[in-house]
Amino acid sequence: MDSEKHDIVVTVNGMRYLRQAEARMLLSDFIRHELLLAGTHVGCEHGVCGACTILFDGHPVRACLMLAPQANGHEITTVEGLAPSPDQLHPLQQAMHDKHGLQCGYCTPGILMTMTAFLAEHPVPDEAQVREALSGNLCRCTGYQHIVDAVLEAAEKMRDVK
Amino acid sequence: MKPAPLKYMAATSLDHALRLKADYGGEASFLAGGQSLIPTMNFRLAQPAVLIDINQLSDLAGIARDGQTIHIGAMTRYRALERDPLLADALPLMTEALPHIAHPQIRNRGTLGGNLAHADPASEMPAIVVALGGRLRARSAAAERWIEARDFFVGPLTTALHDDEMLVEIELPAPVPRSGSCFMEVARRRGDFAMVGIALMLTLGKNGDCSSIRIALCGAGETPVDASDAASGLIGQPIDGEAIGDVAASVQQSIDPPGNMQASKEFQRHLAGVLVKRALRAAWERATHG
Amino acid sequence: MTTRYFGAPIKRNEDKRLLTGQALFVDDVELPGMLHAAFLRSQNAHGRIKSIDVSTARARKGVVAVYTATDLGYYWQPGPLLVPPPPIAGIVFNQRTQVPLAKDKVRHVGEPIAIVIAESRYIAEDALADIMIDMEPLPAVVDLEKALAAGSATVHDDLRSNVAAHVRQTKGNYAQAAAKAHCIIKRRFLYDHGMSSPMETRGVVAQWDARAGQLTVWDTTQAPVFVRNGLAGMLSLSERQVRVIAPFVGGGFGPKIMMFYPEEVLLPWAAIKLNRPVKWIEDRLEHFFATTHERSQIHDAEIALSSDGRIVGVKDVFLHDTGAYDPYGLTVPINSQCTLLGPYVVPHYDSIFTAVFTNLPIVTPYRGAGRQHGVFVIERLLDFAARELGLDRAEIRRRNLIPPDAFPYNNEIIYQDFAPLSYDSGNYEPVLDKALALIGYKDFIASEQPKLRAQGRHVGVAIACYVEGTGIGPYEGAKVQVQANGKVSVATGIGTQGQGHFTVFAQIAADQVGVDVRNVDVVTGDTDQFYWGAGTFASRGAVVAGNAVNEASKVVRQKILKLAAEHFECAEDDLEIANGEVSIVGVPGQFIRLGELAMRANPMRGAVKPGTEPGLESTQYFGPPSGATANGVHAMIVEVDPDTLMLQVLKYVVVHDCGTVINPLILAGQIHGGVAQGIGNAFYEKLVFDDEGQLLNASLTDYLLPTSLDVPRMELAHTVTPSPLNPMGIKGAGEAGAIPVGPLFAQAIEDALGLAAQNVELCEIPLSPNRLWELVGKAHSKS
Ligand SMILES: Cc1cc2nc3c(=O)[nH]c(=O)nc-3n(C[C@H](O)[C@H](O)[C@H](O)COP(=O)(O)OP(=O)(O)OC[C@H]3O[C@@H](n4cnc5c(N)ncnc54)[C@H](O)[C@@H]3O)c2cc1C
Ligand code: FES
Ligand code: FES
Repeated sequence: MDSEKHDIVVTVNGMRYLRQAEARMLLSDFIRHELLLAGTHVGCEHGVCGACTILFDGHPVRACLMLAPQANGHEITTVEGLAPSPDQLHPLQQAMHDKHGLQCGYCTPGILMTMTAFLAEHPVPDEAQVREALSGNLCRCTGYQHIVDAVLEAAEKMRDVK
Repeated sequence: MKPAPLKYMAATSLDHALRLKADYGGEASFLAGGQSLIPTMNFRLAQPAVLIDINQLSDLAGIARDGQTIHIGAMTRYRALERDPLLADALPLMTEALPHIAHPQIRNRGTLGGNLAHADPASEMPAIVVALGGRLRARSAAAERWIEARDFFVGPLTTALHDDEMLVEIELPAPVPRSGSCFMEVARRRGDFAMVGIALMLTLGKNGDCSSIRIALCGAGETPVDASDAASGLIGQPIDGEAIGDVAASVQQSIDPPGNMQASKEFQRHLAGVLVKRALRAAWERATHG
Repeated sequence: MTTRYFGAPIKRNEDKRLLTGQALFVDDVELPGMLHAAFLRSQNAHGRIKSIDVSTARARKGVVAVYTATDLGYYWQPGPLLVPPPPIAGIVFNQRTQVPLAKDKVRHVGEPIAIVIAESRYIAEDALADIMIDMEPLPAVVDLEKALAAGSATVHDDLRSNVAAHVRQTKGNYAQAAAKAHCIIKRRFLYDHGMSSPMETRGVVAQWDARAGQLTVWDTTQAPVFVRNGLAGMLSLSERQVRVIAPFVGGGFGPKIMMFYPEEVLLPWAAIKLNRPVKWIEDRLEHFFATTHERSQIHDAEIALSSDGRIVGVKDVFLHDTGAYDPYGLTVPINSQCTLLGPYVVPHYDSIFTAVFTNLPIVTPYRGAGRQHGVFVIERLLDFAARELGLDRAEIRRRNLIPPDAFPYNNEIIYQDFAPLSYDSGNYEPVLDKALALIGYKDFIASEQPKLRAQGRHVGVAIACYVEGTGIGPYEGAKVQVQANGKVSVATGIGTQGQGHFTVFAQIAADQVGVDVRNVDVVTGDTDQFYWGAGTFASRGAVVAGNAVNEASKVVRQKILKLAAEHFECAEDDLEIANGEVSIVGVPGQFIRLGELAMRANPMRGAVKPGTEPGLESTQYFGPPSGATANGVHAMIVEVDPDTLMLQVLKYVVVHDCGTVINPLILAGQIHGGVAQGIGNAFYEKLVFDDEGQLLNASLTDYLLPTSLDVPRMELAHTVTPSPLNPMGIKGAGEAGAIPVGPLFAQAIEDALGLAAQNVELCEIPLSPNRLWELVGKAHSKS
């Protein structure tokens, strides 16, 4: 059976895109290979690793567990949309740099999307909460400790700004 | 790990969705949160020819209380359930279980209806609705019917729904006064399906004796396992260490767990006993002081 | 040198690109007209292929080509043997390497049989279902002991048995010494390692530019130079026609250095044949079969002791699962054999292993690379010895440590780098002391543990020691160049998978050349930039390539000084280099920028004088005479729920000596990550095969990688014993975190549950709640 193509209008990082995609195309593939926003990574395609986490209408979701046509009319934020400007990082990005929260960096985009949303809801987290929130994103390199440190530091810095 | 070819249709109304389902029958699957369906499609274990996306049916999402009954729309996402104060107040058993399901990113999409329709025997929510003695409303283009939760789950990944039916609503009774509940599970990692989990509802009589007890287990059988009968010896009895031990032993005897990747049947049976004791103590505590 | 980046916790140069989604990984390569490949892989662990029919697949809309082994013609060749067996007397080694596509027989589940190339990966996967294959199943060889029994099926028809190798190495005379020992303790150990499971799976993109006669391959390999040279040979191209790029790679941990994977051989071939770019990205399911594993060994080991707990000798006979093929030679079992000796004086050693072919995926090194297995055996033997002799676990270790004046310490047997196993330097006792102090060992045993036990809590403490051979040869090189914009470029041949090479090499160069560390651009893993070297493995990147960077930077520094001295007409000694400028000491305002000097070093007028070279550039190589040995001690306090057998790590301490530290921040990260993988191995990750050789848990749902809640906070401390084998005194650190975690878990759990009193010993890894319950829980459930 041929999969028919669907028109998809989607806003990603504030920019509107119109593309066509096969119905079965995973949203992760659509973002990476049709919109060419390759910062969103793919590690498992069954929802476990978290590398593909994006914000869908503001909430973190697995891009590998949605189909491209489901994004029609919705808003998405990816890692490319996180930094406020090309020469300024989001406080969490900055903290990840400062605390050495990434090694190969493959898990990093998914972690940034998950944890920025977490920090928005939990401005004063403790370590246990951070670890809990992080537990849906696998990282094989860091042992998580520096990521946890980075999230805690970002929380502090973001509070100072407010 | 890419889905097989398929036809995708976003239903614009419940009627639309049901009509499509009537037309395509078993060829078509509803796409709710997609958190079970899409992984199985990616592994090509499921290859539905047609997907009927019901995410636009906002009428099917919502939580409401009507006297002693809680109504939950099938498309209500875990995310909404977790954050709902009404639910936390009325059905603490469900609220307690929700954080054990996967991770926030999955709970942001996954729906209660999709979860129940998926009927994974290791899943938490089927055990919850069974323990609570809820009922489920199914609709087709032509008709509507209610199905008792304990009759809904007929086997692993198999429900009593007909090919043309959609699960639209879950109705759960709020516990009566002097009740206490507890959900507990043992899972290898946070968010994993449990090796075994238990949902327990206890009500005390005026004298502090047990007046009713309901127990359902997840991961312990082909469907959520209703072990309430095995625990019924407690009814009319005072609750103490010995009685708790008896209930645990009786539940352990009554179940026939299948074993899974992380736990052998024997270990599952052992864990079930441990959990019955712990959950019963906690529920008793809550019924007495809560 | 004015700035000292070396040794400082410098933040990483590579981070920004990774944090903003701008780093290029293999799957990010998009090329016009690109095709996508998928592989038909064997469902059987062992079987004879009777026929393959690809006609329906070829006819499917969107499919461009389908190839099987017969389509490959002379290109079909078994892969090379990566590491030949070491020169050990009496060694038996049967070389059987993997093939690009199975021809007559399949030898493990997931072995590729056909490649489909289509307009999209989706279509390529559709077409896999079109291929008809007639397979005669053969009995699968899965169990190591049964594999060697008479009458077992053989994985390779031309061999009479499943013996892949047989090796004996000895030191002293164990039998004689043991006869006089006070006691001998003998046990059977089972150690199963798992999969490295990097978050990025493997992938290859190949592009053939027919006009330029140029092949470009993006590959997730840890060894791009070898891949380039090998591909050139296989494809009859000259090496300059092949460019292999290992861009950002999402974790490797060993298996990404295996070569040649079938996909690496086939994609370039197909790209040339079709004259179109082709991409293959391994999906997670394929990864479980198509990427190499590390798996089990069964050890029958004994330790002979004197009455005061000194090791008289060790004898170990073990079986090693090498999987269906053995392209990586004997690296893993030799590592087990050598690393078993640990930081201890073992005067007599007799070690015999048999590597066994099985119908399971190929075994090659994964972080630790067999070292874990050896460490488990010796550490557990010492625990049991302590119990037997009534000694404290720390004390028996202390008594046997190699004393600081005994270095270099020669263990006589041959190591994986073919040199005798000789420890270059070390000072072990302070490391042990520090670990005991940090974990609060004495106090825990004397007061904390009894107190908690009285409250009904099951807590236990453990310590484990290890020595890690690192930084082995042969060599690496580096090209360092000052560019006209004043930045310094550093190119090396190794691939990088997150180890921070962009930063540590920059630190080394920045100090020598006198620029800001952020102004050093490091290029790794692009054979057009640098095409000599071996790759990233065995904790060697920083040691070997780092020293090459240092040597090249030193030469560039000399060139800078020479040229600047000519410019200022002064002596070189009067000059200093800092902040990208050369200035005359004590003369403010007199300086020249490095960029300008670089331009002057390549003048348009005035020929290069005889004996000089243009540019501020140097390429240097470094090859250590042998590997440097790092060492360390891990200690842990754990609490076990005696009913559920779930555990929680309450405290984790690592004390480590890896010589001079280049960047403590990056080193900490390496150790954290290693411990996390060690924890996975010890308690979460298990590859479950059935008797048919089917992997039953091939998903990340069922193969449990530790999460942020399973890895505890770790406390690190260091001691520094520089290596005499390289001018910078550094030793590798990549694998240290992972090595001793297994014995640590076993020991701590035994202690927590008081298993000694119940005569239960934990002699296997991985453990799990279920396995613990089987071993010990029955006794507890009665409570
Ligand atoms: C990594 C991961 C971990 C997970 N861990 C857990 C866990 O620990 N515990 C747990 O319980 N679950 C877990 N899940 C599964 C999760 O809970 C799913 O969200 C849920 O089971 C399905 O809900 P859904 O809305 O996503 O349904 P979908 O995936 O959209 O649908 C599931 C099935 O139900 C059908 N369906 C959906 N809605 C209806 C309806 N209204 N009427 C009739 N049929 C319908 C679909 O056609 C499909 O066959 C996990 C999932 C992932 C990816
Ligand atoms: S790729 Fe989506 S969760 Fe792993
Ligand atoms: S940094 Fe490599 S997976 Fe997280």
